[in-house]
Amino acid sequence: MKKILAILTMSVALMATTTAYAGDYPERPIGVAVSYGAGGATDFQARIVTMVAGNKDILGQPIYIINKPGAGGRVGWNWFATEAEKDGYTMSAYNVPHFIAQSIKGGVKYSADSFEPIANWGADPAVVVVGKDSKFKTMSDLVAFAKANPGKLTLSGAGLFVGHHIAALQIEKAAGVKMVYIPTKGGGAAAMKAVIAGDVLAGVNNLSDAFRAQKAGSVKILGVADLERDKKFLPDVPTLKEAGLDVDNASVNFRGLMVPKGTPQAVIDKLSAQVPVMFGHKRVAKRMKAGGSPMKIMTRKEVQAMWAKRKSTLAELLKGL
Amino acid sequence: MEFLSYFGNVFEPISFMLLLGGTIGGLILGATPGLSPTMAVALLIPFTFHLAPHQGLILLGAAYTSTIAGGAVSAILLNIPGAPANIATALDGHVMAKKGEGAKALHLAFMSSAVGGVIGVLLLIFLTPVLAKWALAFGPSHLFWIAILGVTVIGTLDSKSFVKGLLSGCIGLWLSMIGYDDIQGVQRFIFADALTGGINIIAALIGLFAIPQVMEMLSRGRTITDIDVITVRHQSLLASFREMISNMKALSIGTITGSIIGIIPGVGGQIAGLVAYDQTKKISRDRRKFGTGHPEGVIAAESANNAMVGPSLIPLLTLSIPGSPTAAVLLGGLLIHGIFPGPDLFKNHAAVAWTFIDSMLIGQFLMVIFGIYIANLAAKIAQVPRSILAAGVFILAVFGAYSVQQSMGDVHVMIALGVGMFFLEKYGFSAAPLVLGLILGPIAESNFLQGNLIAGAQDGPAIYFLTGYLNLFLISLVILSICFAFWTTLKVNRLIALSKEAE
Repeated sequence: MKKILAILTMSVALMATTTAYAGDYPERPIGVAVSYGAGGATDFQARIVTMVAGNKDILGQPIYIINKPGAGGRVGWNWFATEAEKDGYTMSAYNVPHFIAQSIKGGVKYSADSFEPIANWGADPAVVVVGKDSKFKTMSDLVAFAKANPGKLTLSGAGLFVGHHIAALQIEKAAGVKMVYIPTKGGGAAAMKAVIAGDVLAGVNNLSDAFRAQKAGSVKILGVADLERDKKFLPDVPTLKEAGLDVDNASVNFRGLMVPKGTPQAVIDKLSAQVPVMFGHKRVAKRMKAGGSPMKIMTRKEVQAMWAKRKSTLAELLKGL
Repeated sequence: MEFLSYFGNVFEPISFMLLLGGTIGGLILGATPGLSPTMAVALLIPFTFHLAPHQGLILLGAAYTSTIAGGAVSAILLNIPGAPANIATALDGHVMAKKGEGAKALHLAFMSSAVGGVIGVLLLIFLTPVLAKWALAFGPSHLFWIAILGVTVIGTLDSKSFVKGLLSGCIGLWLSMIGYDDIQGVQRFIFADALTGGINIIAALIGLFAIPQVMEMLSRGRTITDIDVITVRHQSLLASFREMISNMKALSIGTITGSIIGIIPGVGGQIAGLVAYDQTKKISRDRRKFGTGHPEGVIAAESANNAMVGPSLIPLLTLSIPGSPTAAVLLGGLLIHGIFPGPDLFKNHAAVAWTFIDSMLIGQFLMVIFGIYIANLAAKIAQVPRSILAAGVFILAVFGAYSVQQSMGDVHVMIALGVGMFFLEKYGFSAAPLVLGLILGPIAESNFLQGNLIAGAQDGPAIYFLTGYLNLFLISLVILSICFAFWTTLKVNRLIALSKEAE
């Protein structure tokens, strides 16, 4: 009898927690898995944009970061797609176009359909950089050289199927030239070092890092692979489109938060209402600005549209590879 | 001499408390297997959000320096190098601890860390503009040759047999190929999900060093009468200091090697200790005592891995290029306060930059004081009965491997590698060359592939890899290192043959 009673009370207690679940969510701290190492740009920004989560008017519970680095993000997203709990207490940071391009190339356990976006916090466009003493003064100098010397223009970037690689592919396609893309191990910093040291003739890198390097006087920025100029950091640098290359914003590195597919709708709704507020908090904005990290807050709806658009552009671009 | 005027900032109450806290905390974190310097610094970043820029940097700098030194504690007492920087420390340090000289080994480790550390920071203060150019001189072809130079060390490192040393190195090189290759975009040897990201170097390190030892302790069983309780002989500080001074050669080779390697971006502190250890061994008169608990080994390794810290910040502070993973995390700590490193850092943010550097100088002294205090307490670990120690080490190993990236996969890899290493050790193979192979493999491979791509766009690989002063210099070092290894092996073999004849 005692046993039955115990089971009964337990199941009632369990039911109580499941029903209370969506309403009281979140009741405990939420983890955010970052697919890159501690100290990288994604990790660094994820820590900043989630720092006010514990405020009463945001989520009321703090967010902590779990780093799952490896294989250009594949390790973390594989883990997130297959093993993460679908209860809203595990989120992940996404990097577009990285994970979408990887899933198109195959060999991973996720696609854009495995995840539900919550909101976007940042957009870091790819830029074309050259060393400060380079003979290339404009994008057209660079393209002219590539046209005259097929297979001679070396171009560094942070790896394969990341924004930098996508931008390089788009430039090749738009200008009808053949360049040599050199992926580096060790991310954007190693790719930037290759440009500064003159190991390569040019490079594709993040706007935020290139802006710092240009301020430090070690590189020149020739073009931005985005739809508009960056008015805050680089108002004088033309977009690639202005330079006569048909390159859109498919290589822009969008960063935001997502949950695995199968997470309760009520949780998704709550998160997609509150997370953009968190990203917009003035303390977050201040820190992000100080770090030179461009922000772009997008709601769940906007991110869904952006993902769908990237999927088709990238499938087209990567078809021949 | 501008840096002298900012010492006062370090002694402001809050700054000094942070320096003290960072140093002590770093020593403890460093002594915990699995918590590498990079992770310790990354964990502290959120705390710096609320501090003034120079205070935040003091905390991070203190943690960086002292975690590397703290790693010596577990390397010496438990034979678990907390990070790649401390592998070489374990080679002689742990044998010393087994002989009852644990306290001495720890004293030497901290004192030589401080000497190397101070010189490294002084280089950062005085030679930054000169050395910044150096950092950029190393392109893919040079880094490839440096990695190959490291590979030549493999044969002579901590192994009774040259051939077995090379074989262990090859196993390490093969293990390093597992995972997703970022440059060619292919997957290699991924049999299990846990291997997608390759073998984590810290997890491998813990498994290869700690697990064979645990199995060894357990395999002896309880029946054997020598449940050996190691005595820890008392060691006076003065005697340790004299010992260090009398080994000036090891100390200076360690410091010089560490400083040079520290500047080169991308190679960093992982191999500074091992290369310094090997160089000292080659030059030392007591060459054959290395590996049997020889103080020179500990001195060379520890002075090198802390001498690396100062110069490793040069590319970061002057060129905004983080030369090591830890420097990348420090860059985050700077950016969060809107400080962009670069040539004008010392002009625009002189107070922050110099206070940070000064605090690293003072941090070295705090590190040696508290390090030795902690060492005296920690040395008692050696007195724990072996059977209990075995269990404790195993728990630490599992905890350490898991904490690297919260992954059970890493724990499985750690145990599998450890069990494999236990049997390999039975046949005379050793862990250090294997780990070196694991570290150098990716450096050699990725730089070769990148160099090859670049060479393809220029005049071909032969010209790219084999011409230029720096390439030729590095190649001659490689040849010298190989010849030297052969020569010593031949000499030792002849000596053995002679002594057999005499019998």
